[in-house]
Amino acid sequence: MASSAVAERPKKMTTSVPTTRPTSRSPETPQTPAVAGEVSHVAAEGFHVLYGGRPAVKSVTMNIPPGRVTAIIGPSGCGKSTFLRAINRMNDLIPGCTVQGRLALDGQDLYVPQLDVVALRRKVGMVFQKPNPFPKSIFDNVAYGPRIHGISSRTHLSEIVEQSLSRAGLWDEVKDRQHDNALRLSGGQQQRLCIARALAVDPEVLLMDEPASALDPRSTARVEELIDELSGQYTIIIVTHNMQQAARVSELTAFFYEGELIEFGPTKEIFTKPRQEKTEAYITGRFG
Amino acid sequence: MHLRTRKIIDRSATGIGILAIVVMTAALVVLLAPIFANGTGAFVFRGTAEFRKYQSDRFDRGDREVLTTEKETLRQVRQPVYDLLHKFEHQLKNDDDLDARFGAEFPKLKREVYRLIGPPPGEALSRLERDEYGATRWDRALVQADSIVHVQEDRGLDSHGFSLKVEGPRAARYKGTSLEPMFGYVEMHLAELLRPQWTFYPQFLIDNPQDANFFGGIGPAVLGTIYLTLGAILFAVPMGVITAIYLVEYAGQGRFISLLRTCISTLAGVPSIVFGLFGLAFFINTIHVSPSKSVLAGSLTLGLLILPTIIRASEEALRAVPLAYKEAALSLGAGQWRTILTVILPAALPGILTGIIISMGRAAGETAPIIFTAAVSVGLGVKPWEVFTSPTQALSWNIYNVSTEHEAVDQIRHVQYGMVLTLVVLVLALNLTAVLLRARITRRLSG
Ligand SMILES: Nc1ncnc2c1ncn2[C@@H]1O[C@H](COP(=O)(O)OP(=O)(O)O)[C@@H](O)[C@H]1O
Ligand SMILES: [Mg+2]
Repeated sequence: MASSAVAERPKKMTTSVPTTRPTSRSPETPQTPAVAGEVSHVAAEGFHVLYGGRPAVKSVTMNIPPGRVTAIIGPSGCGKSTFLRAINRMNDLIPGCTVQGRLALDGQDLYVPQLDVVALRRKVGMVFQKPNPFPKSIFDNVAYGPRIHGISSRTHLSEIVEQSLSRAGLWDEVKDRQHDNALRLSGGQQQRLCIARALAVDPEVLLMDEPASALDPRSTARVEELIDELSGQYTIIIVTHNMQQAARVSELTAFFYEGELIEFGPTKEIFTKPRQEKTEAYITGRFG
Repeated sequence: MHLRTRKIIDRSATGIGILAIVVMTAALVVLLAPIFANGTGAFVFRGTAEFRKYQSDRFDRGDREVLTTEKETLRQVRQPVYDLLHKFEHQLKNDDDLDARFGAEFPKLKREVYRLIGPPPGEALSRLERDEYGATRWDRALVQADSIVHVQEDRGLDSHGFSLKVEGPRAARYKGTSLEPMFGYVEMHLAELLRPQWTFYPQFLIDNPQDANFFGGIGPAVLGTIYLTLGAILFAVPMGVITAIYLVEYAGQGRFISLLRTCISTLAGVPSIVFGLFGLAFFINTIHVSPSKSVLAGSLTLGLLILPTIIRASEEALRAVPLAYKEAALSLGAGQWRTILTVILPAALPGILTGIIISMGRAAGETAPIIFTAAVSVGLGVKPWEVFTSPTQALSWNIYNVSTEHEAVDQIRHVQYGMVLTLVVLVLALNLTAVLLRARITRRLSG
């Protein structure tokens, strides 16, 4: 099974932050196969998100498997970001935003009242559309997450920072100026720093909302390479409205349209022989 | 719109803008120039031998040996004046004619002479220090000497019906008496009688005022202003910043919250005298933070006065923090307080600090709120452990007091201007700090 092969790949990074890897899930958690024969890491069942009563995501049911790159595509305003932000409960910030249905991580319902949002966000990292490093040093940016999770030893932090920056492919560029302000980096470097910052808390899932849309082509290529390197180690869910990008980096693609999930399957199939008419129309550029 | 019309509008807008700036700069110069010119006179001036003597007697300052030599020199120069006065006084007692002419005027004249060059040893006219020392400042000495050497005589009314006063030499009145030579002597030897020297007197800032500000400095007032300002900040900053955090991060858009915001805005516009009365009624009479006026009560009142400013400045600064920072912190698993403390507050710091420092300037300069709650016009510097019970002098209040209620304000103008300069410099320095601090932190934040 693909997922177990993925999970057995040795993790390069070790931190004291305890994590549950996809493989260690208890057998009794319900699994709805997304793609035939695969377990799910993030599972949505009849899931809605409403802004002040107006639905932005409508009755989405999909099972996102672990250790893969899943792309979410669709025209602007179709609810991609809304769905993505539901997974780490970032929509909590928006007054009037409510959900219906079920969304689960490792079988754990994310919208039960007793859920520890802080613990959830530790497991589900996020990279935003616009690079948003803190106005602090490069080091402090990457060390921010580990620090709030209780790591204070300087040597331990340095280790995590080096590992995270290496994984984000930024170590060689910044190792001699870790104490410079992060805002002095180029846009592409800033975005990779944000990826490093998210990796530093050792998440299971990495959510990326159009992570390259604010970058120049070279930086975009660099970020795409990085996603490729990280695939297998993390469950990556990437929103993009660049179809070439989805085709290049993802194994699975979900097509959203007006808040609904129209089609979800292996990227190759979605792009070569889509089953839905709307998907085909979008892929061939008839709208969007 | 035509291109020409647009150009005319553009030009006139620029013109009005530049005009406004020029007018403001001019006002600033017109206002500040005399303050600086007159105010520095409290610190740098031509001090007479009397000044040095006073400093030595009272504060043990100056070179003893030099002063002893100077004293001896002065004794020799001044002796003829004292001798002439004594001789004339003696004649007055024995000559009824003379007594009838000068009996009423002479004691006043003698007093004025003693106020110029100081009384001879053991002959001070009262225990007041102004009767024990002569003129300490050369500028005052010149005025004083003039009032001795010249006299104003009433010459009835002039052709327009105004009273006609003519300045004439006083020596003319004493023509033929034994005192006549004194006037010429004083006029001729004024510099030797007082030996003016350029003096730098920085201790003006810390010395206690003596004999109703005739001598000494403004130490207690400076100290009082510092206490009151720091006290107000200590009280208002935590309250204000926490309130702002509540309003920005926690409060919703409910009716109660918008009422609260309106109240805060209104509070910012309340006249400061109202705060003063409130401070008296509430802090002193109702909750008795101190039995009567105290630094504490004044600080609380000033704190209340600047609270709205601090809340508004902090609120604006907090709102200006990009949402992206907050999202980043939360997405890494930071709790709300963690996010506020580690990301939002540091990013808002420049704005918050600017608000604080501008409020400090305001608190330092306000008079009305402390009239009923903290300020007194006399007294020694308040010790730090006395702030809970002791009232204090303060620059703002003392400027007002000295210029309106002092018995001889024209003789201590330098003190008044010295206080004004100190206050203005203090406030300007605080504002400058705000600007520099802001620039510095902004630079740090933007890499
Ligand atoms: N904060 C918000 N408040 C209200 N409506 C919102 C908010 N954010 C997004 N929406 C609405 O939800 C829908 C989906 O938006 P979004 O998820 O951002 O789309 P996408 O990321 O696919 O472009 C849009 O119709 C948008 O107008
Ligand atoms: Mg979006």
